Formats: sequence, structure tokens, C-alpha cells
Amino acid sequence: MTTDEHNTAGGLRAQLARVSNLDRRWIFLAMGLAVGVPILLKLRFPEVPGPLAIATFNAIEAVPEGSRVLIAFDYDPASEGELQPMANAMLHHCASRKHKMVFIALWPLGKQMADETIKNVLLAFHPQYQYGTDYVQLGYKAGNESVIKMMTTNIPQAFPSDASGKTLSELPLVADLESVQQVELIITFSAGYPGAKEWVQYAKSSYPDDFVLVAGSTGVQANQLFPYYPKQMEGMLAAIKGAAEYEMLVTAKYPVTKDKERFEEGRRRMGPQLVAHLLMIGLILLGNVAMVAGRSRQSRGGQGAVR
Amino acid sequence: MLRRTIPIIILSATGTMLVVAYFSPFTLSWGETVLDWFNILAAVAFVLGAGNLLAVNLEKVSSRKAGWAYAAITLLSFAAMFIFGIFKVGAVPNPSAPDVHLAGAYEGLPSAFGWMYEYVLSPLTATMFAMLAFYVASAAFRAFRAKNVEAILLLGTAFIILLGRTAAATLLTGWIPVDSAFAVLRLDNVTTAVTEHVSTAGMRAITIGIALGVAATSLRLLLGIDRSYLSKG
Repeated sequence: MTTDEHNTAGGLRAQLARVSNLDRRWIFLAMGLAVGVPILLKLRFPEVPGPLAIATFNAIEAVPEGSRVLIAFDYDPASEGELQPMANAMLHHCASRKHKMVFIALWPLGKQMADETIKNVLLAFHPQYQYGTDYVQLGYKAGNESVIKMMTTNIPQAFPSDASGKTLSELPLVADLESVQQVELIITFSAGYPGAKEWVQYAKSSYPDDFVLVAGSTGVQANQLFPYYPKQMEGMLAAIKGAAEYEMLVTAKYPVTKDKERFEEGRRRMGPQLVAHLLMIGLILLGNVAMVAGRSRQSRGGQGAVR
Repeated sequence: MLRRTIPIIILSATGTMLVVAYFSPFTLSWGETVLDWFNILAAVAFVLGAGNLLAVNLEKVSSRKAGWAYAAITLLSFAAMFIFGIFKVGAVPNPSAPDVHLAGAYEGLPSAFGWMYEYVLSPLTATMFAMLAFYVASAAFRAFRAKNVEAILLLGTAFIILLGRTAAATLLTGWIPVDSAFAVLRLDNVTTAVTEHVSTAGMRAITIGIALGVAATSLRLLLGIDRSYLSKG
């Protein structure tokens, strides 16, 4: 190697090594652009429904039309980005199958999430749904898994009234509802504790053949739930990709004529996710190249010192 | 003596009752009663939590500790939501009792509580969660280094999952025919294989370990061997 080449290589190594100390504000800016630009450009990529989304879709399809369904909104606005698209699609799916829906929440703000979904999806796309006979909002109940446990033996004890204060006997849909074993399907949108895991442990494990359990979960929680699929949870949607795939399946069979964007939220969010993931990979590679360059520079410096 | 013995007796009795109620239909109603107590305690815990929040933050503000301004904001927000909720400020009148203000719905718009939820709480919590993307990117750049074999394996898995959980899987390897012998190399299939055979297997082992640990700890609590929850050994 000539002296010039040696100097050039050394300079490159030095520059790469300096990348290790890159101001994190540049990373924040890059991530902001990676997410923001695809949103503004409405960037979309083709999605192919995976086995989990297909299993979830089929599990709900297999429940007889017009069944009574319990839907638990176990999340809050922090997880709305991931879970709301699947909640929208599942409510549309259930309503298209004419299921009767009972809503509950084990998270304090879950009731608000359910209210919004009822307003924006159930009543907007299926205005024939009547409160009390087609759907009921039982609201939030403190107690985490003990609420689930109690619902397996005595629902009126766990929820003496609906969210507006009406006793269950006044509401035809739930007047005879004693336990969760009387519903055909339980759906939980789960962002953590309490959530899908607790529904498996305290409801499904005790009564494995009485109802179908389907969960929509955040990406970080998905790994904890995979061991329960498919025996203890017949269906499971993981993160925004699961929502995007499921949206495709639902809208293909039950298309909507107005406000289609409501059921394209998952797919719309996959564009920014792809670019953000590519940026992450790029950053990791860059960090490792900088580390190698830094080590190489150090070892050369060390040799020099010995000489 | 009583301060230690009575909690142990309550814990052992209720715990044993719940275990027995699971197996014996005769004691099912006892189990339900215990669960009812638990739900009442869970509701009371909210009151205790609110009291603790007030005490801690008031102390911070009064002693002007570092970050006392945040404590003041917490107290103000707490007071505002409490007043809006309790007094149903701007509540939507109830059709069955339009003249009774407190019969109205306080949660939805245009009530003050609903407004605070819709335009303050909801965007703030969503923003907090969204900011994770920035910190994760920064942390990945600085900490995700291939320093040894384990780290290289972790990096490889991360790349597969990062690509496989997006449309990149289809764009990069979608050209491999699904029914060909090379279909296993499609990124979506590799991702599924990693998830099902590696991640899930590991998670199962962890779950079984946790379950055994929970069973052992529960038994120690029921028998009064573990008394750490009494705060003094």
C-alpha cells in the first residue's frame, strides 16, 4: 500500500469511527422523515394475508351468524395506533355477521376506546344496531383478572349495571347472561396487563370448549401470546401488520361503499413502518461499521505506539 | 403479633378458599364472595392511589424539590379532571331527566371531562408511545453491536423480523414460487419459522418457568413461609 492509499484508508476509518459519536438529533430527524414522508406521500405496499390473519378471520366466520359476542377493549390511547385498525375491522366483521355485541373494558380508558369504535364503526356502517337488543356497553370494571374470573361464574355480580346505570335485566341482550360460557365468541384487544393472557388463563383454560377466543395484540406483547395459539386462542392478530392483513380479508368479503379509509388504516400505516424498519437496519449496520472502523483504528494506533 | 398474624390468616384463608373453589362446586359461592372482596379492594386502591399521588406531589411542590413544576402540573391536572368528573361540568343532559344536571353523561363531548380526554389525555398518551420509535432508533444505533456470536445471532434475527414484518418480505423474496423447493427461503416463511420454532419455543420455556415459580411462591405465601409482603421480613 502506498503512503497516499494508507492515508486515505486511515482517513476513512477515522471518519467512520467518528460516526459512533453521531448526535442523536440526526437520528431523530431521520426517523421523523422515515415516518412522516411516507404518511404525506400516502406510500403503500402490497400485503399478503398471513396464516394468523387467515386463522382469525376463519375463527370469526365459523361462529354462527347472529351469535352473542363479548368484546373486551383492554387498551388505551397509547396503543390506539396499533389496535384501533383491528378493532375497527373486527367490529365491522362481527356486525356483518349480525353478531350481538357486549362491550366491556378491563383498562380504565378502554371504555372510551369502545365508545369511539361503536360510534365510528358500528353505528356509522351498521345503523340498524339498537342499544340493548343488538349491543350493550357494560363499561370499565376495576379488578383485572378477578373480573374475568368472576365473569366465568356470575356476570351480574361483576357488572350489576351497564355503563349508563341500567340494570342488566332491563337490557334484553344481557338479561339472561350469567357467565361468559353463554357467549359464542370472546374478542380482546390487548395492550398488556390485564389482557389476552389473562383471558386465556382465567376464562379459556377453565372452559376450553364453551367459546372461541380471539385476540388482537400489540407487537411487543405478541411473543408472550404465541404459545397460546392455536389451542387456547383460535385466532390472533399481531401488531399493525396483523391488522393490515385482516382488514384485507374483511373488506374483500364484506366491502363497504362509503368512508373506505376507515378500514384501510392498518395498510396505510404499513408504509411508514417499512421505511422506519429499513432505517433501523441501516442505523444498526452503520453503528457496527463504525465500531469495526474504530477498533481497527485503535489497533493500528496501538501497533504504532509499540513501534 | 396481631399485625403480623391477622394478615397471614386472611391471606391463607382467602387463598385456600380460592384454590378449593376451583375444584369443589360446593365452595363456588365462597370463591365468588372472595372475588367480590377483591374487586371492592381494587376500587378502594384507586382512592388510596389518588391520596398517595396528592401526598407525594404536594410534598414535592412545598419543598421545591427538583422537578416540582411537573408535580404542580400533575396536581392541577388531577384537580381539573376530578372536578370535571365529579361535578359533571358541561355534561350532556340525560333525556329521561333533562332538568337534573348530575344525571347527564360526563364522558363524551362537549362535556369538559370529554374535552380533556379527547384533546389532552388521548393525544398526550399517544405521543408518549409514538416517541418510542425515536429512542429505539437511537438505542439500536448505539447498542446493537455484533460483539460476539450471541449478539450476531440476535442481529440476524432482528433483521429477519424487521424485514419479514413489512412488505419488504414480499418485495425482496416474493419472486420465489410458493410451491417450489426454495419456498422456505421466502422472508415471510423464514419469519414465521423463527417466530414459531424459536421465539415461541423460548417463550413457552419462560412461561412454564414462571408458572412453576408462581406456584412455589403462592404455596410459600399460603403456608405463611414467605412474609415479605408484610414489609418487615
